[in-house]
Amino acid sequence: MTVYAALLRAALAGQAGYRASFALELLGSVLVIGLDFVEVYAVLTQVPELEGLGLAEVALVFALASTGFSLADLVIGQTDRVTDHVRRGTFDVLLLRPLSTLGQLAAADVQLRRLGRLGTALAVLVIALSQVEVDWTPARVGLLVLTPLSGAVIFGSLFVAAGAVSFWLLDGREVGNALTYGSGYLAQWPTGVLGPVLGRFFTFVVPAAFTGYLPALALLGRDDPTGLPGWLPWASPLAALAAAAAAALLWRTGIRHYVGAGG
Amino acid sequence: MSAAVLPSPRAAAALVRAGFRRYASYRAATLAGAVTNTFFGVVKLSILFAAADAAGGAVAGYDRAALSTYTWVAQGMIAVVVLFGGAELAERVRTGDVVIDLGRPVHPVAVWLAEDLGRAGQACLVRFFGPLAFGGLVFGLSVPRQPATVPLFVVSAVLAVVVSFSCRLLVNLVAFWLLDVRGVLSVYMVASNVLSGLIVPIAFFPGWLQGLARATPFPALVQVPVDIAVERVTGTDALLALAGQAAWAVGLLAAAVWTLHRGTRRLVVQGG
Repeated sequence: MTVYAALLRAALAGQAGYRASFALELLGSVLVIGLDFVEVYAVLTQVPELEGLGLAEVALVFALASTGFSLADLVIGQTDRVTDHVRRGTFDVLLLRPLSTLGQLAAADVQLRRLGRLGTALAVLVIALSQVEVDWTPARVGLLVLTPLSGAVIFGSLFVAAGAVSFWLLDGREVGNALTYGSGYLAQWPTGVLGPVLGRFFTFVVPAAFTGYLPALALLGRDDPTGLPGWLPWASPLAALAAAAAAALLWRTGIRHYVGAGG
Repeated sequence: MSAAVLPSPRAAAALVRAGFRRYASYRAATLAGAVTNTFFGVVKLSILFAAADAAGGAVAGYDRAALSTYTWVAQGMIAVVVLFGGAELAERVRTGDVVIDLGRPVHPVAVWLAEDLGRAGQACLVRFFGPLAFGGLVFGLSVPRQPATVPLFVVSAVLAVVVSFSCRLLVNLVAFWLLDVRGVLSVYMVASNVLSGLIVPIAFFPGWLQGLARATPFPALVQVPVDIAVERVTGTDALLALAGQAAWAVGLLAAAVWTLHRGTRRLVVQGG
């Protein structure tokens, strides 16, 4: 643990050296999530409801998914740099140390500016919760606490899976980004808008629906209009465990496949 | 500072071709970008279709066919008018490489514009027509009813590239005063993405934000060409819209030339 702490301290000290840049990048990180919310706000002021959810309820879906995504991006979003490490051969250095490769990537490349996005997502979550009617029970409070964590694990698994693709395809980064950022984008909306095929895909294959839409249904006490079973909205932690297991398997297989940069 | 000379037609054509060829060499990145833009287009259009259905057929005057054309033209324009930023020139200012551009016998803005037109032409091939073809096959597009729509759209798209070039140049030239332009770039990116109509059509906004958007050059990047393509703006109105784009293009180019002139006076190239 002390080694990770040292890596983390070094990364943070490096970023603290450029205060003006850091402030502007923090602002950029806040604005990027604002960009996504503009879309939710604009669409839900044109129509009263989408898939039976009004502006405040879709804002809740948005906030839950964004909180999970921002948390994952902060902790493990650095996996999109695996391509660079593989290309330069610096991934060898990570493998030589007696530490987890993912742990080193997470600690050494952490980007504090991503806190701007997380803070904004949490603020939208608080506002959305104050605008919707929730029949609070201990189970719902527990779900509210667990949802951002499950969401972070689900999106984190997608980040790791997308990073692992770089072990096979050096140009895989952009396609991996389409999967991670695309899932982050569509998770902010009621999954039903995607239609039956894509909607089921992003529920059962890529479990994006478990980060925002489904837990929001459980909090609001609503049923899914597309006929998903009533217990499924409570199952986000299970979906997170399954996603993490799949991502870990892919990452391990990728590392075994890695043969260095030929140096 | 170089002599303010415009390139000869032959030199300009060569520069356009060079810009075209330079970006033609990034095949994998081009393909991946087109796939990404298409995927986001599918999600965006699904949301807009759901909204149209909830509203009883049309949202803010856009029916399903118009929403599809809007989505695929806008997703295609992302690469053509570089909506996600680009700091190449700012980087050249930071490293000092910009003196090479300034030392050429033709005006640097003319050189950069010619190269950017070539780049935009290259971006059209896969990044514009790729998503548009996919969208047309899978979701259907609104077919123009008037023969003038296609040429009007082409002119509007070219003007959009010139407006976008001038905006990006101005933002990059800030590097003469601030060596780190990343913050300025991200603010520019967010403002242009929202106010250009890329995120949602400007007609979706509340009145005050529509007014704010129309007071900026950003609708000239996406919304004006899209509204011409879906025939929301036709005839004299379309010509007026093109005149508006042209006015922004000329005004912003002039501002960029003047800013470059001021910036080069401050230029200190480190390391000699």
